[in-house]
Amino acid sequence: VSRLRRWYGAGPLHALATVVAALVSGYALTRFGTDAPWVDLGLWFVGSVVLHDLVLAPLYALADRSLLAVLRHRRPATGAAAPAVPVVNHLRVPALLSGLLLLLWAPLVLRLTEGYEPITGEPVEVYLPRWLGISAVLFAGSAVVYALRLRRAARRRRS
Amino acid sequence: MVRRTVRGLTAWAGDHPPPGPFRRTWWRSPLRGPWLTAVLGSVLLVGIPVVIVTGLVSYLAYEPELPGNDKTPGKGLLGFYLAGWTTEPRWLYRLTQGVHVLLGLALVPVVLAKLWSVLPRLFVWPPVRSPAQLVERLTLLLLVGGILFEIVTGVTNIQNWYVWGFSFYTAHLYGGWVMIGAFAAHVAVKLPVMLRTLRARPLRAELRTDLAHTEPEPPDEDGLAPVAPGPPTISRRGALAVVGGGSLLVLATSVGQSIDPLRWTALMAPRGRTGDGGPNDFPVNKTAEYRGITADQVAAGVWRLELVDGDQRVELSRDELLAMEQHTYELPISCVEGWSTSQTWTGVRLRDLARLVGVPDPGPARVTSLQQGGAFGAASFSADQVLNPASLLALRVNGADLSLDHGFPARVIVPAAPGVYCTKWVGQVDFRLGASA
Repeated sequence: VSRLRRWYGAGPLHALATVVAALVSGYALTRFGTDAPWVDLGLWFVGSVVLHDLVLAPLYALADRSLLAVLRHRRPATGAAAPAVPVVNHLRVPALLSGLLLLLWAPLVLRLTEGYEPITGEPVEVYLPRWLGISAVLFAGSAVVYALRLRRAARRRRS
Repeated sequence: MVRRTVRGLTAWAGDHPPPGPFRRTWWRSPLRGPWLTAVLGSVLLVGIPVVIVTGLVSYLAYEPELPGNDKTPGKGLLGFYLAGWTTEPRWLYRLTQGVHVLLGLALVPVVLAKLWSVLPRLFVWPPVRSPAQLVERLTLLLLVGGILFEIVTGVTNIQNWYVWGFSFYTAHLYGGWVMIGAFAAHVAVKLPVMLRTLRARPLRAELRTDLAHTEPEPPDEDGLAPVAPGPPTISRRGALAVVGGGSLLVLATSVGQSIDPLRWTALMAPRGRTGDGGPNDFPVNKTAEYRGITADQVAAGVWRLELVDGDQRVELSRDELLAMEQHTYELPISCVEGWSTSQTWTGVRLRDLARLVGVPDPGPARVTSLQQGGAFGAASFSADQVLNPASLLALRVNGADLSLDHGFPARVIVPAAPGVYCTKWVGQVDFRLGASA
């Protein structure tokens, strides 16, 4: 058993769990009922993983690194001292939240969904201004909090 | 000899990863580590089963076991728990489906954060060290692919953006089962690790740690924590607050779709309407125009309700229906898309209609719409549903005639039934379903 375990690389519970998973998942795939369920569902599965892991994640990581680089290099150029409160999260947080809403509701915001208006009888054009409005409130709110924190830091330094 | 060569090569490859993300020094974030992953995992460990169970409940509520209702004839063992749906409590489907969609939406930022926290694992080098790791990576493909697939199909479906080449109903169901299998395996394998990690680092202490005191987690054997961390720019509690804030923001801008007085707050959710405030001002699933219903078809003198029991047929005009005993109930109508609304419906009891066509003790019945196309132009109900006193062929809502979009001249409303079964523009009710089945 210990040789088997060394060859496999994990314990029997691990093997049992993955076998059960494979059985349930494989059975569901065969039940899908299209001619080529492996292709129909498999493409979407792999496609969504690739889209997330190799497109979306690198994009937001790149955006974040760029933001950090810009903030770092701007300082010597303007000759200013490091701000008492770092600004980075006051940009990151509203950008992330606004991006999250866009990611979820892009079909409505960007009017990709042609079906929405004829199906529901409701206007789709309200969603872009609503998303912009919520984003504006998020950024403005973040700026106000930043200003308050700066003032508090300045007061603390004076006293 | 061969085995030694293979082992030697594997060891050599392990020490010589290709550049970029395959090197552990590539991953700089000081927040990544087993603890953060375990915290996010514990949230999903509670949340995802709730979404799974409410989803499976929705399949149950569609009563695929009744003749004519089944969109998934190949379900096989996956229909093991189908045993009919209830009519009480009347808000049951409103609750389960509202939770399914709203919690599913709110978990999206948690899923994204969890995937971010384990991203270095995708590029682990060498890609396969043991058979156990190979099968685990394959189940992870099913798990991550399955969760993303369920999110994408769900989120696009509620926005009526039908981009896939197959039926949402079947794809979301079978895709869900693929995910369930992989999710169960992942929990079985990782639960001990998660609990051990959470115990080693108390949550309360971490929530008291500000940016100045945020330290990277020590490098771990799974390779989640960075070996060459950059300086922290946000505390761990700050990062968790952003994720939780994302969930709250998504909830705050959608929850109004399920709570009538808060409907105006559903700024981003579909059907977050604020209309004229009239008796027919509540969300429409499919408009009359979309379903090819014209005013001529349902005009007085043209439209007739047909009641069928085998060879027995009775036809009624809308005036004749209005002359029957009318009943009024406040009942929710709850869409599989998550939105719901409670309205006051007035009409004729389904069981009274059965009596008219000579069926004093009705079994299951099938209601058919005049609509063109669509997968849900007809729905079958169980005897329990037909007999419920609040199951109506509604003619009026909130004291006014139904609007054409809400199913004029007559629509079905059955307590706790999925909204799409509350068939609009009813043309026929067949009470012989039980006998023919």
